Amino acid sequence: MSEIRVVLPAHLKNLAKVNGEVLLNVPGLLCQRTLLDALEERFPMLRGTIRDRATGRRRAFIRFYACEQDLSNELPDAPLPQDVAAAITAGKDPFMVVGAMAGG
Amino acid sequence: MTQVRVLAGTRKGAFVLTSDGKREKWSISGPHFGGWEVYHLKGSPVDLNRIWASVSTGWFGQVIQRSDDGGLTWDPVGNDFSYASDPGQHIWYDGTPRPFEFKRIWHLEPSGSDADLVYAGAEDAALYRSADGGTSWTELTGLRTHPSATTWPPGAGGLCLHTLILQGPRIIAAISSAGAFRSDDSGETWKPINRGLVSGEIPDNDSEVGHCVHHIEAHPTRPDTLFMQKHWDVCRSDDAGENWTEVSGNLPSDFGFPIAVHPHEPETIYVVPITSDSLHYPPDGRLRVYRSRSGGGEWEPLTAGLPQENCYVNVFRDAMAVDTLDEAGIYFGTTGGQVYVGTDSGDTWSPIARDLPAVLSIEVQVLP
Repeated sequence: MSEIRVVLPAHLKNLAKVNGEVLLNVPGLLCQRTLLDALEERFPMLRGTIRDRATGRRRAFIRFYACEQDLSNELPDAPLPQDVAAAITAGKDPFMVVGAMAGG
Repeated sequence: MTQVRVLAGTRKGAFVLTSDGKREKWSISGPHFGGWEVYHLKGSPVDLNRIWASVSTGWFGQVIQRSDDGGLTWDPVGNDFSYASDPGQHIWYDGTPRPFEFKRIWHLEPSGSDADLVYAGAEDAALYRSADGGTSWTELTGLRTHPSATTWPPGAGGLCLHTLILQGPRIIAAISSAGAFRSDDSGETWKPINRGLVSGEIPDNDSEVGHCVHHIEAHPTRPDTLFMQKHWDVCRSDDAGENWTEVSGNLPSDFGFPIAVHPHEPETIYVVPITSDSLHYPPDGRLRVYRSRSGGGEWEPLTAGLPQENCYVNVFRDAMAVDTLDEAGIYFGTTGGQVYVGTDSGDTWSPIARDLPAVLSIEVQVLP
């Protein structure tokens, strides 16, 4: 099981009290849900800040990027695209949690 | 040496302002949680160094932070504000039913007897309780499931539970724009307490619910006497909310948001008149606190030290507080980022911060 690099937005890095990237072990199928479950397991204070507590869905102003692709609207249980999964499990690219542009 | 600590929640973080008992020189720390909206922060009366903060953004939702060292350092605690029963529905702006949906915590009210016990008022209107220092939260469902809740519409600021007064087993709560409610059994069951309120903006002006209450305060020694700033009208009750009487008297406008009670004079109260519901700034561009020493009815303007021209700030409902020193200090924060103190019961005012982000809440602690 390889470690996946996860980049958090600045506010969530502050909340989780981490600097730089987070390295995560994601057991089993690699999809949004398993990756975010692993992230929240390690940093419980992030629960509710990326996915809505009540619905479990991505919060409106959160985006997920990797390998120059917008994965935000992928189904949570769908395996990440093969090229993305290969790149992030190899540590070549990070999985990025991004605060969306909003505010005008 | 006595120390005064002012806790300011703002649109872009929290600030802690400290001074000695003279309250002349202030130091400011912050922003804590820079960039986050801090709707409210309040210290435990039992453990003065324990402070809770309601921290949220549209991006990342709701977080509760707790400090156990007087605001020097903070740690996130629990933020699971799940409903304990079916969410049910209230009325949306367009008149259609809409499920209750958690948005944020507006107000935190620590217990006066247990440092681990704290209550939280939410938007959409719901009441939560934590008995473990904020680690976990349990909804007291009796309020959200009150039979009238299906008729509650949100105010312009949302369907928010913004006022909580703890009086032993009795709890007073106020919701915009549902009205005031009281529980006599520690939050299990609730009754509307709006008799005597008159609101021209609702079809049935003296309806049992539907009034846009902005804030309620009570003096600790007179728990049955409640003072209310409503959307329009300043009101008082002397029977724990069973009946209300308007005491707006000679105010230049009886629209406003906060109301405060003098710490040593239970019949001395303060409001900040605002022009109207569509003009959220002081009448005539003059920032005036009005004080009544008779529990309402007769009011005097307090202007010394406050801008008396070209001032167009607002003062939000939780942005006024008092200290408990012998010479009482009255504090308020503005949407322009100023925090003022009147250390002589409000006769004269001085700014203790001028350029903070818009102030959402002010609380004051006196440390021995």
